[in-house]
Amino acid sequence: MISDQLPIIQIVILLVASPLCVIFRNGNWAWAIATLSTWTVLGIVSFLTFNIIQEGPISYHLGGWRPPFGIEYSLDSLNIYIILLIVFIASIILPYSKGIIKKEIEHNRRHLFYSIFLLALLGLIGIAATGDLFNVYVFLEISSLATYVLIGLGRKRQSLKAAYRYLIQGTIGATFILIGIGFLYSMTGTLNMSDLSTRLQPIIDTRPVIAGISIITVGILIKLALFPLHLWLPAAYTHAPTVVSAFLAAVSTKVGAYLLLRFIYSIIGPSLTFDSIPLLEILLSLASLAILVGAIIAIFQNDIRRLLAFSSISQIGYLVVGISIPTVTGLTGGIVHIANHGITKGAMFMTIGCIAYSVGETKLKNLKGLAKRMPFTSAALLIGGLSLIGVPGTAGFIGKWYIVQAALDYGLWPVAIIVLLGSLLAIIYVGKILESIYFSKGEIVFGRVEKLSFYQIIPVWLLIIATIYFGIHTDLTLGISIEASNTLVGGQ
Amino acid sequence: MDILEQLNYWAAISLAMVGLFTIMSRGHLIKKLIGLSLFQTSVFLLFITIGKLSGGTAPIISKDFLYYSNPLPHVLILTAIVVSIATLAVGLALSVAIKRTYGTGEDDELEDLDRNEGEP
Repeated sequence: MISDQLPIIQIVILLVASPLCVIFRNGNWAWAIATLSTWTVLGIVSFLTFNIIQEGPISYHLGGWRPPFGIEYSLDSLNIYIILLIVFIASIILPYSKGIIKKEIEHNRRHLFYSIFLLALLGLIGIAATGDLFNVYVFLEISSLATYVLIGLGRKRQSLKAAYRYLIQGTIGATFILIGIGFLYSMTGTLNMSDLSTRLQPIIDTRPVIAGISIITVGILIKLALFPLHLWLPAAYTHAPTVVSAFLAAVSTKVGAYLLLRFIYSIIGPSLTFDSIPLLEILLSLASLAILVGAIIAIFQNDIRRLLAFSSISQIGYLVVGISIPTVTGLTGGIVHIANHGITKGAMFMTIGCIAYSVGETKLKNLKGLAKRMPFTSAALLIGGLSLIGVPGTAGFIGKWYIVQAALDYGLWPVAIIVLLGSLLAIIYVGKILESIYFSKGEIVFGRVEKLSFYQIIPVWLLIIATIYFGIHTDLTLGISIEASNTLVGGQ
Repeated sequence: MDILEQLNYWAAISLAMVGLFTIMSRGHLIKKLIGLSLFQTSVFLLFITIGKLSGGTAPIISKDFLYYSNPLPHVLILTAIVVSIATLAVGLALSVAIKRTYGTGEDDELEDLDRNEGEP
């Protein structure tokens, strides 16, 4: 049956479409291929999601080889949720990219852009789908290499520097993960995640295992850009083409968060080593620092994209706080916030892409009085900003609410205070954007405003409406998140 | 004797440290990439050492041999070598592009050039 093969088909489609984009050598054709294949994958993933909600997890054996000998793709409520988020965002960003990259990428390179975009997308889906630790590394490198190139495609020369920096740091991170995999493999002789977690239990306190766990965690944290390993992120988000910033901000670091969840709770979780290494305490303190430091640095930025990049660092802090509270509420908060923040940040970066397209500016001081010229785009930025702060009725509120609740239940009231403080700081940095586009008086600096096409307006508003929708109707996101966290911490 | 028995591990660790130190201490883009390459190579050595069993033969089913070396780490490393070559290629391509647009390959000078334009 073909429907049994769907877990691999979702990746193979993109793998085939990517070289097709290069063969056609035409930006418009490549765009059509990329969009169609991504939409097909969205259909497949929705079908799989429906199946998994109805019938429980799917385990797909690559080439018919039984795990733990063969490679297994295991899809449960957690990874299908992440994959759905990735593909949903990608299938909205692709139509949006049609008009916007005209100004950002040279005509004769557009088909290459789509080809590489599909590779990055398939790498991210692969990381989430696979149940094999070495496969994670391979997919991680596929998506990372594609991401370096995508960042380097930016119009300004700083984008090359940002891509180079990310290449060095990202490769160190991925190599750390590889070393850790080597340590765990040498102790257990298996790479399959569920097999690994059973075999680790009796030997979890040995030194190579602890070293392996620590090294992998550091590697994942570099990919996740948790403070203080975030140094690659601001430059990459600021100088990449806006389509790429939106995609990266929405999904790339979220896959890192997924990897952390999977690693801590599915692989080493059952044996709960939290006594022998203070893993969760370390994560919690770094995440709390990330919330505050990211938000404070964001306040002092003059470029709207750089400001949002630092806001992302702060929001990654929230994710990790949620992940490192090992209760159902805490994990639910973290997992819900993965999607909700992804949608919000994606929407905001896409809006900024529209602004950059229309007026050619992203410096705050040059955007004075934008609200009068572009009322709808400014409103989109306003709604996204409210969600970043975590105003009730927007998506950003749900995750923070659960995280604060979990922190209080777990007796971590300083963390709850830090989360609230982070929201206050968010009011300041979002306020800074709104002040300059809505309230500042003075001469309007930018010149002609170019009209946006429907290719740009509809995707942006789809995501903005999703931001509000997931803030009010939480059944879908919360339902899957609660189920996922139940499977991870097993009803503690 | 202890060190000699674990010579490969020590070699892997030294290579990794040399590589990481080169990445951190050198300012030139190409030199950083050389460091990165060394660092990755050290991991290959680590994996290959894991797969070796002293006295083990190739994994052939035969009555004459009892022990054999695990071939899986070697296969994994083949993939990792391909990945590292791809990384190096992208890194070198980026260095060439940076040298072309900035006119220099030194990290500090790149910083200065951008700071003079007021864009960090």
